[in-house]
Amino acid sequence: MADSDMDKNDMDKNKDTAIDVVRGQHPSADMDADEQAEHQARGGVVAGRSRQGMFGVDDAGDTSGFGGLQLPAYSPAAAQRPYGGWFDDFTDELLAAMDERGVPADAIQQVTVDRGEITYYVRREHLVALCRLLRDDPALRFELCSSVSGVDYGAEVAQRLHSVYHLTSLTYRRRIRLEVAVEVSDAHVPSVVGVYPTADWHEREAWDMFGIIYDGHPGLTRILMPDDWDGHPQRKDYPLGGIPVEYKGAEIPPPDQRRSYS
Amino acid sequence: MSSETETAHTVGSGTTSDPTSASGGTSATGGTGAGGAASGPDPYAATARETTEGRVYTVTGGDWDTLAEDAQHDDRIIINMGPQHPSTHGVLRLVLELEGEIVTQARSVIGYLHTGIEKNCEYRNWTQGVTFVTRMDYLSPLFNETAYCLATEKLLGITAPRRAQVIRVLLMELNRIGSHLVALATGGMELGALTGMTAGFREREEVLHLLEFLTGLRMNHAFIRPGGVAQDLPDGYQDKISAFLKVMDGRLPDYDKLLTGQPIWKKRLQNVGYLPLDGCLQIGATGPILRCAGLEWDLRKIEPYCGYEEYDFEVPTLTDGDCYARYLLRVEEIHQSLKLVAQALQKLEPGPVMVEDAKIAWPARLTIGADGMGNSLEHVRKIMGQSMESLIHHFKLVTEGFRVPPGQAYAAVESPRGELGYHLVSDGGTRPLRVHVRDPSFVNLQSMPAMSEGGLVADVIAAVASIDPVMGGVDR
Repeated sequence: MADSDMDKNDMDKNKDTAIDVVRGQHPSADMDADEQAEHQARGGVVAGRSRQGMFGVDDAGDTSGFGGLQLPAYSPAAAQRPYGGWFDDFTDELLAAMDERGVPADAIQQVTVDRGEITYYVRREHLVALCRLLRDDPALRFELCSSVSGVDYGAEVAQRLHSVYHLTSLTYRRRIRLEVAVEVSDAHVPSVVGVYPTADWHEREAWDMFGIIYDGHPGLTRILMPDDWDGHPQRKDYPLGGIPVEYKGAEIPPPDQRRSYS
Repeated sequence: MSSETETAHTVGSGTTSDPTSASGGTSATGGTGAGGAASGPDPYAATARETTEGRVYTVTGGDWDTLAEDAQHDDRIIINMGPQHPSTHGVLRLVLELEGEIVTQARSVIGYLHTGIEKNCEYRNWTQGVTFVTRMDYLSPLFNETAYCLATEKLLGITAPRRAQVIRVLLMELNRIGSHLVALATGGMELGALTGMTAGFREREEVLHLLEFLTGLRMNHAFIRPGGVAQDLPDGYQDKISAFLKVMDGRLPDYDKLLTGQPIWKKRLQNVGYLPLDGCLQIGATGPILRCAGLEWDLRKIEPYCGYEEYDFEVPTLTDGDCYARYLLRVEEIHQSLKLVAQALQKLEPGPVMVEDAKIAWPARLTIGADGMGNSLEHVRKIMGQSMESLIHHFKLVTEGFRVPPGQAYAAVESPRGELGYHLVSDGGTRPLRVHVRDPSFVNLQSMPAMSEGGLVADVIAAVASIDPVMGGVDR
């Protein structure tokens, strides 16, 4: 109960900054230099695609009058102190540990508290060092890397590929999320297999499905798709196939070209 | 270079009367000449001289070491088990390097059952996602549904009503019994204990019959939906469940009689497939494997969901960390699940089984009609004859689905195999932007090499059976 109240307060506090972020948002790959700089200054985190219209139809089929509606991409708001719950103490411990081990404080781009979960957006250069201290520091002790997942936010989003790590502390019974965002043209993320051997298959899956290259992985090969497969199927721009129907040469269009409602 | 040396071996071992090896020898010497011009003389190059018997090579240098080593490793073979093999627990391919009967290296190859469920979910609305995820780990469909729905509910900021939560617990624990029974049955079959298999599948059939009565389907139920469950339990569920509990109480001791003390079963499983606690944590193994290594880690106790904190049950742990411990643990977990089912039955009080919010809950009350399950006639009469707004709402919710506020969430449940986590990302639309499943089978299967390298081939089977991977969940 206390947590949810805290969240609400945070949301109110963040409202101003959130609007600001949305206004300045041009989450397109063809940002000019100024926009790019501004985007980077905000931490460069975008987590959503901008949307147009209301019913997913962009031709004359849209008779709703909402065709011109532009919705900006969702950008997770940076949380303001106090974060609430154990998040504050924990973040203090984390920053202290980072200081102790010589990891610069700006390794963390942004902290987001949303739905009772804390997310640290991390610069990829410091990911492995951060994971190591999260695992080894006696006040943190994230012994288990529950999951590594790739996320693709769509072709028009800057830094569209995200590598998301869910870490679990068995000692303190906490979970946190680390997130690294990279450009598709430079989709390199350092591998955390050296710290969490369990990430081996997770990273192979994210490579297979999203084409995120985990530098330093002991054997980054495809895991679910055949070895000679082209492309990375879970990317948003991966071409989908339709279904031919045995009637007058008709074909059911691929799912991303069917009329949709969202 | 190596091919030249090899040619020298084979040709030099005898006189060359046949034309094939003679030409091979010629090209080898030619190659050596070219290589020598670039990087100095090759110390391993065999010298050749012409005799009346044909060309004869003299092999010198370190070649004999390699030859001797090859001879020592005569027994080394690499075998492929699977993907179609009755003992690999589904379409799992094991590549084993054997030295005699000892496994020196083991690797598993997966992906033969990849069906793209995660991608498919991105093109269906949030409710339809349940129908996909229930097909992932097909032995524990209700856990998939619950974890997916908990993550969706976290994104929506809603909680299912109490009766729905109790029904979820009830169904999950029934499902856990069924899943563990299959683990015992297939594990027994793979080790040759065929009576264990018939007994396990017989009891699992009881579970499936009961689940069919409660949800309408034996597997792939799609019964648990974001916001609650699809329907209330049918009339007479108490009697059916009580009868089931009685049957299981009577039959479970048979497993102890059949397997627990049986010398062959113990010899096949004890001290086999050992994985200690630190190994579990590094590999990320959870569930029975972790609890058999001595850590009492069960998400039902650690971070209770669906009201598990109200139930009285034990988390069994063992410290042996071998296949036999995992067998014992699964049997004990079945006993605990039966206890939980009985408690859930007591806790079921009348009430709604779906959230009240009409923007999320399915609009119609489904009933059985002459042509099967469908919208209740009462509802059809209302939307077609009385209320235009109801029709619009029905249409919107059924075609478009509900919108989920943007953001991401991770929700995990304790499935029979370990931590089953769902990482869902929403961009504010009516479809998920990303559905990632942290499937326990996928992660636990990584422990196969650690459990089986250095052991016998037969023990690989025991180790894989004790991991109990479900390939539908591994490959998704």
